[in-house]
Amino acid sequence: MTPLLFTLCAALASVFAGFVGSLVGIGGGVIVVPVLTLALGVDIRHAIAASIVAVVATSSAAASTYVRERMANLRLGMFLELSTTLGAMTGALVAGYLSPKFLYILFGCLASWTAWHMAKKAKDVAEALPPDALADKLLLHSSFFDKAQNREVAYRVTRSKLGLGVGAIAGVLSGLLGIGGGAVKVPVMHLAMGVPIKAATATSNFMIGITAATGAAVYFARGDLLPFVAAPVAVGIIAGSKLGSKLLGRTESRLIRGLFVAVLGVMALQLLYKGVTL
Amino acid sequence: MKDSSEIRTEILISEILRWGVRASLALILVGSVLFFVQSGDWAGADAKAKLAPLISGGGSFPLSLGWLASGVLSLDGMAVTVLGLALLIATPVLRVAAAVVSFALARDLAFTLISAAVLVFVVASFFLGAVG
Repeated sequence: MTPLLFTLCAALASVFAGFVGSLVGIGGGVIVVPVLTLALGVDIRHAIAASIVAVVATSSAAASTYVRERMANLRLGMFLELSTTLGAMTGALVAGYLSPKFLYILFGCLASWTAWHMAKKAKDVAEALPPDALADKLLLHSSFFDKAQNREVAYRVTRSKLGLGVGAIAGVLSGLLGIGGGAVKVPVMHLAMGVPIKAATATSNFMIGITAATGAAVYFARGDLLPFVAAPVAVGIIAGSKLGSKLLGRTESRLIRGLFVAVLGVMALQLLYKGVTL
Repeated sequence: MKDSSEIRTEILISEILRWGVRASLALILVGSVLFFVQSGDWAGADAKAKLAPLISGGGSFPLSLGWLASGVLSLDGMAVTVLGLALLIATPVLRVAAAVVSFALARDLAFTLISAAVLVFVVASFFLGAVG
């Protein structure tokens, strides 16, 4: 493969990852890393470094659309970033000491979990939400205008301390594996903290940029970020996520979700196989 | 309920993001094109041998600010690409900095402190990465 062909392939795969990632509410890193390692022969550590930069790009490009539509809850996002950035810093530093074999297996597990989670239908919150004094005090409750329902949706945030704990875990995964961690944050915000799914997705996306920048800074300063790999991935993902974020306010993407699950499931198995046989 | 200062904050943050992404995207694109133009033969048999060092690195990627500055000034494709990537990583950091300022202007002490702490964590990670 020539350098030019590599750039074109990496860019094309990244457009796809950015598009799908933005539609299903994840950063796209979980798709880019398997493609770079399995199809394009990039070492997993360098793939993770390129992916984390791409995740910054996805979040920044998409968040500018979400924030404009006022779906993201900036106060909640910034509050959760307290623990998430610390987690990301830890994860990225630890990744420098782990063997590729372990990273492949860990990433394979993550991709399997994400595929399985996405395969289940999102449940709606039926239980009564407990009051949360901290959320009241910090004014984390918010509202947004839902285009599909054509009305303002107000909601109350609860279990903010649980959110901080899960945020730390999401941060570690982000720094360690070069993903955004939206697959962890969105269900917790939606199912446990009382945030409507669209607001949870937009808030997660806002947070992901800050989290990923924390991890990316570690990879960049350490020299694990190869510009030749990261460039087509970043550009491709921005282009793809731009398309995706324009559609998010309107579509109910069942077909995309199904396709995503199938592709991710196959890649998860391949990563696990590679990790075990390495 | 959101008051007008909070909406202004959101719009400011949104603008920072948009321009940060646009500028870094442009730098990365221009850098990549320059790289291919400068590397000359990129479709022939020799080109295939060039790929491996580009995607395996092995600690060869230059990190010094001096290399970056002189490379960008002489329009070296790789250096321009690295500048674009660095700006891309810095964009969310600017976003947090903007949040600190606007929470401070709105006299929201709790959130000024929260966003300032987040800013410290992000900046610290760059220095920790260089050491660790």
